[in-house]
Amino acid sequence: MSSLEIRDLHVAIHDKEIVKGLSLTIRSGEVHAIMGPNGTGKSTLSKAIAGHPDYTITQGDVLLDGKSILEQEPDERARAGIFLAFQYPSEIPGVSIANFLRAALQARLAEGEELDATTYYKRLYQKMDMLKIDRKFTSRSVNDGFSGGEKKRCEILQMAMLEPKFALMDETDSGLDIDALRIVSEGVNALRGPGLGVLMITHYQRLLNYIVPDYVHVMYDGRIVKSGDKTLALELERRGYDWVKQELAPAAPAPATVHA
Amino acid sequence: MSSPSLSSPAVGDFSPEAFAAHLAALPADVPVWWIERKRAAYARFTDLPMPGPTDEAWRFSSRETLTLAGFAPVTATPVAGAAAAARDAAVPALFSVADATASLTFGDDRLVARQALPADLASRGVVVATLQEALRSHPDVLREHFLSQPQKLGSEKFSSLHAAFVQDGAFILVPKGVEVTAPIVVTHASAGAGTAVFPHTLVILGEQARATVVDAFVSPDATAPAGPRAGAFACGANDLYVSHGAQLTYVAAQRWSLDTLSFQLNSTIVRRDARVQSLNLHLGGRQARHESLSQLQAPGAFSEMLAVTVAADAQDFDQRTLQIHQAPHTKSDLLYKNALLDRARTTFSGLIVVDPDAQKTDAYQSNRNLMLSDDAEANSLPGLEIQANDVRCTHGATSSRIDPQQMFYLEARGVTPAKARELLVFGFFEEVLNRLEHEGLHESLRQLIATRFH
Repeated sequence: MSSLEIRDLHVAIHDKEIVKGLSLTIRSGEVHAIMGPNGTGKSTLSKAIAGHPDYTITQGDVLLDGKSILEQEPDERARAGIFLAFQYPSEIPGVSIANFLRAALQARLAEGEELDATTYYKRLYQKMDMLKIDRKFTSRSVNDGFSGGEKKRCEILQMAMLEPKFALMDETDSGLDIDALRIVSEGVNALRGPGLGVLMITHYQRLLNYIVPDYVHVMYDGRIVKSGDKTLALELERRGYDWVKQELAPAAPAPATVHA
Repeated sequence: MSSPSLSSPAVGDFSPEAFAAHLAALPADVPVWWIERKRAAYARFTDLPMPGPTDEAWRFSSRETLTLAGFAPVTATPVAGAAAAARDAAVPALFSVADATASLTFGDDRLVARQALPADLASRGVVVATLQEALRSHPDVLREHFLSQPQKLGSEKFSSLHAAFVQDGAFILVPKGVEVTAPIVVTHASAGAGTAVFPHTLVILGEQARATVVDAFVSPDATAPAGPRAGAFACGANDLYVSHGAQLTYVAAQRWSLDTLSFQLNSTIVRRDARVQSLNLHLGGRQARHESLSQLQAPGAFSEMLAVTVAADAQDFDQRTLQIHQAPHTKSDLLYKNALLDRARTTFSGLIVVDPDAQKTDAYQSNRNLMLSDDAEANSLPGLEIQANDVRCTHGATSSRIDPQQMFYLEARGVTPAKARELLVFGFFEEVLNRLEHEGLHESLRQLIATRFH
């Protein structure tokens, strides 16, 4: 059983504070959804946890299994078990998916240990079949000229191969038509299990029809302002984000209490 | 070799005595014309000065580190013992092609191994021989084509030196209508450290012939600390003659030791409707100059000139190209890509010349540099000289840095920054390497490139 604890996190970009004291603990097997209006700091949160160099953590901590990861480089955090599914995955011309994933898996082995090619391809093809990805994909360059749906499936494929402890999924539903959304969601659902914790960031409730979360948090102005179960998402869908803003209007809220 | 007091910088260790020793070591039965040419070449070499500060062909070149001293031509005293063993061991470790149809391996300009042609190709007249053999078996062809092209890119002094001291090399002839599908591989290995080699490859394709030829240049990196004669010298020439309708793929993979001063002088003639694809991979050498001349002599001729360079540490790569369109409806397409790390330096100077009657020329030239270090330096001098009025010529040079978003993406998957940079360099090169049709060769080159990263 692993845990990812975000403790009073403050994140700034170019001296502007975006995340303003956010606390949340995710355990293996749990799926948490963070919802909120645009510009509220959702994506910043996920990138900062993954170690993006543009974001500065000014206060607070992020602990993986009780140990702070803030001193670690992005690649160290990834090898420790953090996976960021990008909202806008980079295109890497000339680097095939097969070679890329091979390098990523090789990086997780001890010095001098070699990845077994046969086992690797067997596993890769098995995951691709699960995600309904054509095997010809492996020789294509990473995300190069991919459709929005292909890019997101490629992210899920990487997640399936790298088997992280915690996945931070940044607007995984953005840019997907309903068929692509279904395929991607099926992929995530297939990976759900006792060994994986998920933080799902989304603007729309739609995704949560496909990936049903255990907990839903509403983020507003850099903080979690409301937490609940999946019914909270439905309420948000019905009443809109204005409802949250209005509720908050009279007085600044106490920091949201999260399940213990 | 001569004592320092007798050698001038323009001659270095390639003194009259060294040349006399070279001639004395030649086999007794070499034709007279061969020796006469050598004498003429040596005279030309001694007459010509070292490149000077006002030589346009040497603009941006590191002339101050060019030296002809510190190397002994190995033709007079062959490399033997442990150095030869290390040399021969380096070859398979650095470069191999899985399905070569024939091969020649030279160790310090002497044949050390060969894989004979399959009998059916030999019976159809295909020749994969050494120059020494060809001097006897094909003297007329050799005499017509051996270093017969003008040196237009600035290195006449060094091509003369090459002609004077060349000992042996490859002679590849594919007769009219014969297709050789698997690669013919020529490996030139040098023991490095204080030696001077003069690798040579001559390829002649008859009408409608087809072949793939690979030239590999390798020497083991010095593991011992640098001594007084630590450097190595390589001065090679490769001439390609491609007749009407023939198709040649030529790959030159250079992985000399990192203390080598290297010259590689290439000349290509493309006849009517012929097609040449040449790919130069530059990895080794302390300082390496490559000159490549393509002459498109008849309508329908097409020359594709490709190069990939990994410039690391304090390496200095100097590349000069010339695409000459001498006939209408000819096409050339040049793409040179350099990845620069550490304090490395590259110079690309390319010129497209279109003769007055070469209408409907289609010429392209592009030099792209990927800068992985703030201390690296890439110089680009693209040029056009067009005397016809109905042509399509484009050229350009770009330098770019690694995209930080791409770096973060790779690192976010657990790939170390060093490996991420390597992946991005390979990705950058893939556009060039992908143009090779032969999968096995593509893989051999990838593996050779990887030796510069580990």
